[in-house]
Amino acid sequence: MIISKQKPLTDILNAIGDGPVFIIGCSECATLCQTGGETEVLALKKMLENKNILVTGWIVLDPACHLNNSKRLLKSHKQEIEKACKLLVLACGNGVQTVADLYEKKTIISGTDTLFLGQIKRTTSYEKKCTMCGECLLDLFAGTCPISLCPKSMLNGPCGGAKNGKCEIDTELPCIWDIIYQRLKEKDNLEIFQIIQQPKDWSKSHEMRRSF
Amino acid sequence: MLRYRSNLEKVLSEGTFAITAEIGPPKGADPQKIESKAALLLGHAHAFNITDNQTAVVRLSSFGGCLLLLNKGLEPIMQITCRDRNRIALQSDALAASAHGIHNVLCLTGDHQQFGNHPSAKGVFDIDSVQLIQMLHNMRDQGIFQNGEAISAGKPELYLGGAANPFADPFELRVQRLSKKINAGADFIQTQSVYNLEKFAQWMDEVRSQGLDKKIHILAGLTPLKSVKMAERMKFYVPGVDVPDSLYQRMKQAKDPQEEGKTIALELIQKIKQIKGIRGIHITALFWENIIPSLVKESGLL
Repeated sequence: MIISKQKPLTDILNAIGDGPVFIIGCSECATLCQTGGETEVLALKKMLENKNILVTGWIVLDPACHLNNSKRLLKSHKQEIEKACKLLVLACGNGVQTVADLYEKKTIISGTDTLFLGQIKRTTSYEKKCTMCGECLLDLFAGTCPISLCPKSMLNGPCGGAKNGKCEIDTELPCIWDIIYQRLKEKDNLEIFQIIQQPKDWSKSHEMRRSF
Repeated sequence: MLRYRSNLEKVLSEGTFAITAEIGPPKGADPQKIESKAALLLGHAHAFNITDNQTAVVRLSSFGGCLLLLNKGLEPIMQITCRDRNRIALQSDALAASAHGIHNVLCLTGDHQQFGNHPSAKGVFDIDSVQLIQMLHNMRDQGIFQNGEAISAGKPELYLGGAANPFADPFELRVQRLSKKINAGADFIQTQSVYNLEKFAQWMDEVRSQGLDKKIHILAGLTPLKSVKMAERMKFYVPGVDVPDSLYQRMKQAKDPQEEGKTIALELIQKIKQIKGIRGIHITALFWENIIPSLVKESGLL
C-alpha cells in the first residue's frame, strides 16, 4: 500500500485559486488511506463549493496509476474536464503523474503528500515497510528490513543510541534491530548476526532507471 | 625495528596505557579556536580526536581540524562518519588523510541529522560503521577499493578505530558488535563515556571471556560532568549514555558541582584502570577541555 496524507487545506486552496477545478480520486491506496476515496473527494467538492469555487465534476479512478484504464474512465468526463483549468488529484504521486501524462495542458494539483510503501496497522495508522531498494534482503533479517526501518539503514546491527529497546530518533518506535534480534533468537538463527553484511549494491535500485 | 603508522599505534602496541582526548572544532572558520586548545593540550595525551560534525551540527571539518593539529605538533585522530558521505567520498577522504600525515581514523556511523542544526538535511548512510572499517582495512592491507579495484598510487597508511557502546540495547548484541568490528579490521576501540562502572565491567567480563581484549586495544570513554545541568542532559537526553542515579544525586547535592564532577572523574579513572583488558582512556571533556591537563596529571595517567 502506498501511504499518503492529504495536504493542508490552505495549501490546496492556494493552489486552486479561483478554479474552476475537476477533482480526481483513486479507488485503491488513497481510498484505504482516506485521502482520495469517494468520501474525501465529495467532502473536498463541498468545501470548495462553499467557497464559491466552481467544481466542474469529479471521478474516482480505478486505480489512478493505471494509464490506459484512467484514460478510458476520464473520457466519459471529457466536457467537465474541458471546463476546468485545474485538475486536483487526490492520489499518490504515481496517480498524480499518470493524470499529468494524460493532460499535458492542464494545471495539475496534487492534493496529497505521498509518504511511503507501508502497512495499514489499523484505520489511519500506518507503518513504513519497504524502500523498494531493488534487491530484497529480508531472508537475512527474519523478514524485517533494516534498510527501510532503521533511520541509519544499518546492516550490521544496532547503533549505540537505542535505549530500553526504543530508537533514538523516536522513543515511541522500537529499535528495529531489537526486533530483528528477538526474531532471530526465536528462530535460533543468531549466527547470521556474526556475518559482516557487505555494502549494499544500490545499482540494483531503480533510482537511475525509469521503467521495467 | 617495528614500523608504526602512528604514535598511537606505537603506544598501544608497546603496552603503554594510552590517553586520547577529544577536541571539538569550532562553528566557524577561525583556526585560533583549535590552535588555542592545541596549545593547552599539547603533551597531555598521546593523540587527539577531532570530531566530524558531532551531533550533526555544522562545524569546521574533521580533516581540516586534523591538519591544524598536525601543524601544532599534535597527533590527530580523524573521526569520520557515514552520515554525510557515501563510499566514494569516504574512500577519497581516507586517501587524502593518509597523504597529509593523518594516520589515525575513527570510523563511525554518525549521529542522525535529526539531532543537529540542519534537521532538513538528507542523511547519506550508504554504508555503516562496520562496513566503513572493513572498506578502509581492505584499502590499507589489500590495496583495493570497495569495488575490488586495485589502488594504483599508494595504499593509505591508517590505524583504524571504531566505537563501542556497552550501555545501549540490546545488551546481548553489544559484545557481538565489538567482535564484528574486530573482524572487519579495527585496531582500536574508543567506548561511549563510562559512568555505570558495574555495567561496563559486566561488558568487559564478556569481552575477556571471548578473548576479544587480546585482539583489539580498548580505550574507555570518560566525560567529566561539569555541572548539574550537564549531568541531567547526559542522564536523560543523550542517547546511549547511562548515568547511574547515585552519580546524578552526588552531582545534585554537591556544594561545588564542578569540583564534584572532577572528583567523580578521578575516581572513575582509578577504577577503569583496574579493569583487566582496558588499554587506555579516551577523554571527551565537552566544553571543558582545560580540565584535561590536571585530570591527566592528578590521576597519574601521564
